[in-house]
Amino acid sequence: MTAEEIIAAIAPAVPGARFEALASSDSAVTPSLLVSSAHLVATCQALQGPGLEFMAFSDVTAVDFHPNRDPRFDVVYHFVSPHRRTRVRVKVRVNLDEPVPTLSELYPGAGWPERELYDLFGIVFDGHADLRRLMMPDDWEGYPLRKDYPVQLRKDAQTYMPLQITQEEFQASMERDRYQRTAPKSKA
Amino acid sequence: MGLETDYEIPVVTTTAEFVIQWARRSAIWPVTFGLACCAIEMMAMASSRYDVSRFGAEVFRGSPRQSDLMIIAGRLSRKMAPALRRIYDQMPEPKWVISMGACASCGGVFDNYAIVQGSDQVVPVDVFIPGCPPRPEAVIYGIVQLQKKIANSRLDQSPKIRIA
Repeated sequence: MTAEEIIAAIAPAVPGARFEALASSDSAVTPSLLVSSAHLVATCQALQGPGLEFMAFSDVTAVDFHPNRDPRFDVVYHFVSPHRRTRVRVKVRVNLDEPVPTLSELYPGAGWPERELYDLFGIVFDGHADLRRLMMPDDWEGYPLRKDYPVQLRKDAQTYMPLQITQEEFQASMERDRYQRTAPKSKA
Repeated sequence: MGLETDYEIPVVTTTAEFVIQWARRSAIWPVTFGLACCAIEMMAMASSRYDVSRFGAEVFRGSPRQSDLMIIAGRLSRKMAPALRRIYDQMPEPKWVISMGACASCGGVFDNYAIVQGSDQVVPVDVFIPGCPPRPEAVIYGIVQLQKKIANSRLDQSPKIRIA
């Protein structure tokens, strides 16, 4: 299935969207198409529809073209249709601080890869339920996979990790443990 | 005791310091703690072919509270550094640290934001072992160097130990 055939199949379901078939070296296996971020969710709904059934979310990643291109990021989605045994690649071009709608409603497995992208590229996914850093520490500054990030960072290592429970929670757990230790064992 | 019996006086005189440091260096128990591919060589060191039990250091303990030695085997990421420090803090005194391999010692090939450029930023290191990864013989050599260091160290220089 070529990119043009996929576009012809989904275009009626996504009014107002402008698709573009992208050339790629693996287009025989994975046709690529470009869509604007405003029509991304509708496009994916159409891709899930009958006749195509791209039900499996394979991955989402991003490419940073800084400083050579103005919409600097390509957000690249890969979908698989297990029934038809085909793949498709959907690209969205966004600029800095431009949010992308989340696909975690359509594809529940998209949540964690979107967190990874937020962590490493700083791409914000609109509507994501739990958009926190995934790989870097929670208080990390900057987004390491951006092209303008200082990769050879010189910075002291953090050796101390604050406790993740409050004093009250700690006391409550101690009380609970003491109760469980001292409570008479019921004979079941 | 296997001592010769034809001495006139069957007594050996030595210092308590020598005996205590001999006991310590002869049974260094490392904590089971591997970070990356160097840990594979560390496991090979403990296996029968290289057999570090010849030097008394084969008992890898599952708990830091039973361990004397931490072998930092692999690249130490910044996110792992607080956890490594916490494990080190849980080990009882006296304790020693071996930094195994290029990555743990200086960052190695990973000259980037994610990796601590030398684990001596996080814990005090006694012996650095070069190599990428070091061969098991090299790790055993490092443990022997640590044993020499323990043998030559004074008891009164370790603050937590007192001889009653």
